[in-house]
Amino acid sequence: MSSPRLSTPLAEPPLLAAAALTRRFGSARALAGVDLAVWPGECHLVAGPNGAGKSTLLRLLAGLARPSSGTVLLDGRPLAEQPFARRAVGLLSHQSHLYDDLTPAENLEFAARLYGLPDPAGAARAGLASAGLSDRADDAVRRLSRGMVQRVAIARALLHGPRVLLLDEPFTGLDPQSATRVAALLETQRAQGRGLVLVSHEVHESWKLATHAHLLVRGAWAVTGPKNGTLDEFLHRYREVLDG
Amino acid sequence: MTTESLAARRTAVQGLGVIGLGLAGLAAVYVLALDHTPVERFQGLPQKIFYVHVPAAWCALLAFSLVGIASALYLWLRDPRLDLFAESTAEAGLVFSVVMLTTGPLWGKPVWGTWWTWDARLTLTLMLFFLFLGYRALRGALQDPSERARFSAVVGLLGMVLVPFVHLSVYLFRTLHPQPIVLKPSSPSLPWEMLRTLLLSVGVYTVLLFGFVMTRYGLGRLDRAGGGDDAR
Amino acid sequence: MGDFLRVAIAVAAKDLRVERRSKTALVSAMAFAALVLMIFNFARDAAALSREMLGPSALWITFAFSGVIALNRSFALEREHGALDGLLLAPVSRGALFVGKYLANLTFVLTVEAVALPLFVLFFGVDLSGALGGIVVTAILATAGFVAVGTVFAAMTVRTRFAELMLPLLVLPFLLPPVIGGVQVTARLLAGRPMSEIMGWLRILALYDLVFVTLCLLLFPSLMDE
Repeated sequence: MSSPRLSTPLAEPPLLAAAALTRRFGSARALAGVDLAVWPGECHLVAGPNGAGKSTLLRLLAGLARPSSGTVLLDGRPLAEQPFARRAVGLLSHQSHLYDDLTPAENLEFAARLYGLPDPAGAARAGLASAGLSDRADDAVRRLSRGMVQRVAIARALLHGPRVLLLDEPFTGLDPQSATRVAALLETQRAQGRGLVLVSHEVHESWKLATHAHLLVRGAWAVTGPKNGTLDEFLHRYREVLDG
Repeated sequence: MTTESLAARRTAVQGLGVIGLGLAGLAAVYVLALDHTPVERFQGLPQKIFYVHVPAAWCALLAFSLVGIASALYLWLRDPRLDLFAESTAEAGLVFSVVMLTTGPLWGKPVWGTWWTWDARLTLTLMLFFLFLGYRALRGALQDPSERARFSAVVGLLGMVLVPFVHLSVYLFRTLHPQPIVLKPSSPSLPWEMLRTLLLSVGVYTVLLFGFVMTRYGLGRLDRAGGGDDAR
Repeated sequence: MGDFLRVAIAVAAKDLRVERRSKTALVSAMAFAALVLMIFNFARDAAALSREMLGPSALWITFAFSGVIALNRSFALEREHGALDGLLLAPVSRGALFVGKYLANLTFVLTVEAVALPLFVLFFGVDLSGALGGIVVTAILATAGFVAVGTVFAAMTVRTRFAELMLPLLVLPFLLPPVIGGVQVTARLLAGRPMSEIMGWLRILALYDLVFVTLCLLLFPSLMDE
């Protein structure tokens, strides 16, 4: 089921697109021909049961894995041809990607160096400031609370100014306050023109953020397209597909 | 029953056929070795184990080279069949190296008075045994099929490259520490009857190797076709 | 090229900084080295085996096993919070990541060896005069090779359940050429043998390094690429 917007000639290509994405090994298939197009200001919710292929999809979009067939496109150009274009992408997962023994400042500075930012120390400071953690800059990450770790992780993901944000279960394990804060931050990013792909098997928190809602079941879209209808209707379809 | 599992079944059965052929050949070789080949003057009857010992070592080495080549090809082409082939050949190779390592001492004790000797062939086969074991252990410890294939391919390739280095090191060690030449029968100046039996034995073992690989490959294909992802 | 080096150095520096903070692996490896050397001394039959005869083997076994212990931690720290994904996401070549890890591991193992060598001299009453330079060069040569292989295997085994068991099992066959070469050269250097006897072994070590460092550098990306 291809998104109609992908086939219409447009002045600007989508930030991120997937065309007939497949991932298999031998006879096992994790993804079976998935299409997606993300334009600035869109937030695509991808829901689905465990094992549906959601994490695989995200890893393919981030350039962490190679598709068996199909293409991932960044700004209209295939990722396979210019792998370093993945700098346009930021990934926030339920894992923080941080080193426990280093401080937030050191973690962010290392990330800044990896991304080749001109002033790593300055970028790290700025990132910490926006996360509201400048006063904990020199405490080992090991000593921070889960909520604070998440804020550092977000700062790390946004450090290099990605235009596409990929989120893998960002609300898992967060207390309601932190979850609200993260949701607000993501909404700001979306309003500023970023494209978001949010994977979650827990739909409730993500629904408000979403502009598009997809349901991935056994590696293929069961539901796809702009969000129309209410959360209840979507959940109803979700249950239908799971039972059917 | 899908065409895939039918084809897999056929391969496995053909493999069993080849093994049967090989076993028949093996029986023939033993008859030849025991009845129709002269007894070696210095070592006596135990020397006959040489016809089991040397071909097993040869097959282990051949198997390992095949694993290495299949691994390299897999890393280049990413064809899952190459991975299955490597897996099958590694198992067969493990069997042959175990055969070699158990027959070695059996031959060594009566002939050299010791269970083990660090001659080049035994040392190399011991190393191959550990490499095969490691290869299998790694495969068993990885769940994701793509990861399993890539990682074991890297091990297979690195292992194949290692073999000449170990051989070189052992050779250099031995030239600087000359050891009594006990393996005279392995030198080319073998009487024709012995050489003939040896070559025949090598041929039969090679046939057995291909039989094992074919059977295992067929079974592996069956497994993958049925389960979608084999448990190994 | 500049980017490649920048990334490699950043990764190596990060690894070393993490290790400096926690110090656990370094201290364990050093303690292990000291222990092994001690045990070798007590385990030998003093009448049959002189310290000079046992020495080189004891030294190199210490090097090899401490090295393996050191290598284990290399990717364990990347596993903790998915930090490896953080590395792979960045627009940097996998080869640069390998070189960074490799340099950090090499520094680490050479540090342990630098501690083990004086202990060896002390425990085995060895006269190093004239041989020290040669032993140091040999140690660097041998270590450069097996650390490359160890880094690749550490990257693989960290994904398995029994990583601490799998890594030694896989890497030990690959230690044979460096360790055999190392022992042979060390024994000859300590006995004051002429260079001509040693050159062959040094050539093997150098060839091993060249082949395996290159191969590991080329193969590492396929480990990281799903």
